[in-house]
Amino acid sequence: MAFLSIEKLVKTFGTQTTVKGVDLAVERGEFVTLLGPSGCGKTTILRMVAGFETATSGTIRIDGKDVTDLKPNQRNIGMVFQAYALFPNMSVADNIAFGLKVAKKSSAEIAARVKEMLELIKLPQLGERYPYQLSGGQQQRVALARALAVKPQILLLDEPLSALDAKIRISLRDEIRAVQRSLGITTIFVTHDQEEALSMSDRICVMNEGHIEQLGTPFEVYNYPTTRFVASFVGTLNIVNGKVADSATGKLLVDGQEIVTSRSLNGASTGDALSLALRPEALTMGRANGLSNNLDGTIDEVHFLGSVVRIRVKFKDSAISLDTFNKPHLPPPERGQPVTVNFGREDILVLDGAPN
Amino acid sequence: MKQSRIAPWIGVIFGAIYFLVPLIATFEFSLRMERGRYSFEAYRIVLGDPNFQASFGYSAFIAVCTIIVGVALVVPTAYVVQLKLPKLRPVIEFLTLLPLVIPAIVIVFGYLRMYNSSSWLPLTGSARGTDVLLTFSYVTLALPYMYRSVDTGLRAIDVRTLTEAAQSLGSSWPRILLTVILPNVRVAVLSGSFLTFAIVIGEFTMASLLNRPAFGPYLQLIGANRAYEPAALAIIAFAITWACMGLINLFGAMGQQTQRR
Repeated sequence: MAFLSIEKLVKTFGTQTTVKGVDLAVERGEFVTLLGPSGCGKTTILRMVAGFETATSGTIRIDGKDVTDLKPNQRNIGMVFQAYALFPNMSVADNIAFGLKVAKKSSAEIAARVKEMLELIKLPQLGERYPYQLSGGQQQRVALARALAVKPQILLLDEPLSALDAKIRISLRDEIRAVQRSLGITTIFVTHDQEEALSMSDRICVMNEGHIEQLGTPFEVYNYPTTRFVASFVGTLNIVNGKVADSATGKLLVDGQEIVTSRSLNGASTGDALSLALRPEALTMGRANGLSNNLDGTIDEVHFLGSVVRIRVKFKDSAISLDTFNKPHLPPPERGQPVTVNFGREDILVLDGAPN
Repeated sequence: MKQSRIAPWIGVIFGAIYFLVPLIATFEFSLRMERGRYSFEAYRIVLGDPNFQASFGYSAFIAVCTIIVGVALVVPTAYVVQLKLPKLRPVIEFLTLLPLVIPAIVIVFGYLRMYNSSSWLPLTGSARGTDVLLTFSYVTLALPYMYRSVDTGLRAIDVRTLTEAAQSLGSSWPRILLTVILPNVRVAVLSGSFLTFAIVIGEFTMASLLNRPAFGPYLQLIGANRAYEPAALAIIAFAITWACMGLINLFGAMGQQTQRR
């Protein structure tokens, strides 16, 4: 049985149903990310697990125990908030000790645990400081230590990196993952940032409009999206309209040019219109022979992004973007220049549903 | 350009004269008790009067009781309104403003009717009971200032997230209120407390009609029977009020400094 088990969870606010019958099983020690756009219900699920929102229906079980109707202070859950939520009137050490004092631990035990936590977050010398004397990254590390000090059964992270600048965000996400691995604590992480989700998670639960679109490893979700929403939400994606030229051989037509896919056509027949998706990193410039596909077009836009150059190539009616590594000795191509884009047969994702 | 600078200065000078001249005149008059020379004789007499000490001590005690009851009533109310019942905020704000529009004399007559010695709760039947009634009267009177002050303090912090953080760490509601919320609205509570203190010290109507030996009725009594002492008392009352205002500003500045840091 899963360590955290969510069954048929529903949450309604007035007439609006935010969470629509969600089922999710998280194993002990697993790091699962709820990923989705604003309003998809991911934070509501997290808040229901924490006990801050009551479920309209459904059950939440932790280690086999039904906690659906328990108060937040009875659940033994650690939570880290986007806004840090450190108590401004308390020092770093007092913040970390707060939950231990509530649990009526002995002074010696509290002191030892606070020291251990400060070392865990690599801030052993800052115990006497107050939150306002710390940077955002330091405050969030203290918030993590405070949540972990009480040895919670589950750690809940509610967009903990959103308020930080890019550099700190990257280093802190590695630290959070390292701490989670070293303690082996079951963790639910909520984010709308796909890069965070892909880099940190054991599994990603992609959510949209109150339900789960896909649950899988980052590799599966990115490379084998099962729905059109997942394909477009996770990673950058080029979507072009195509037509099935021969369903038996996987031949397709894009702006009159023939390409072949080795992937399933999702039941489409010859003559059907469908949407095709291509990841920018799957595309390369130049004509390729053999089993690769080639599309001829002209360069429409060139965006220099530092390590990567993103090039937009226009065909007759559609356009796609591709990424190339920046090479200092090779200047980026010019707009209007004719170009051939090639990609493998397995790189074409056939999306479900009719093209827009 | 010059004209636009002069006009505000004229306003400030006019305001200062309007406010300061009577004050300076009162102060000057209070020093003239001894013929032909300035002295603090009036102050010596007033401060040495056992009735002054008793009435001031009584009012200070009632003020402290008012502050304790006020804080115990207002902080949890404002907290619950902010956290759980934000839609009730306009209703609560209206209720807390009522003491400003209903005259104190009307309130106290209502109390006398409700709690007289032949009522179901005869608070005016004993001195202690009347003290309790007076304290609650002052809580009502100070409600607009205390509520606004605390509400402003609560709006300045992220009450919801702090509460949820404490809850997730196993804390109960009373503990959250006492150890997390109250210390973080300390400056606001102190501001409300000093305002309450200043109001209670100078209040006359309620204390007089409830027949309690407070500072307000003492001021009135001295004012009606002496010449120089009332002026000295007026200056002392001003000094107390200003000290309270100064402390509000001091704590307010300290709070702002902490937030900025």
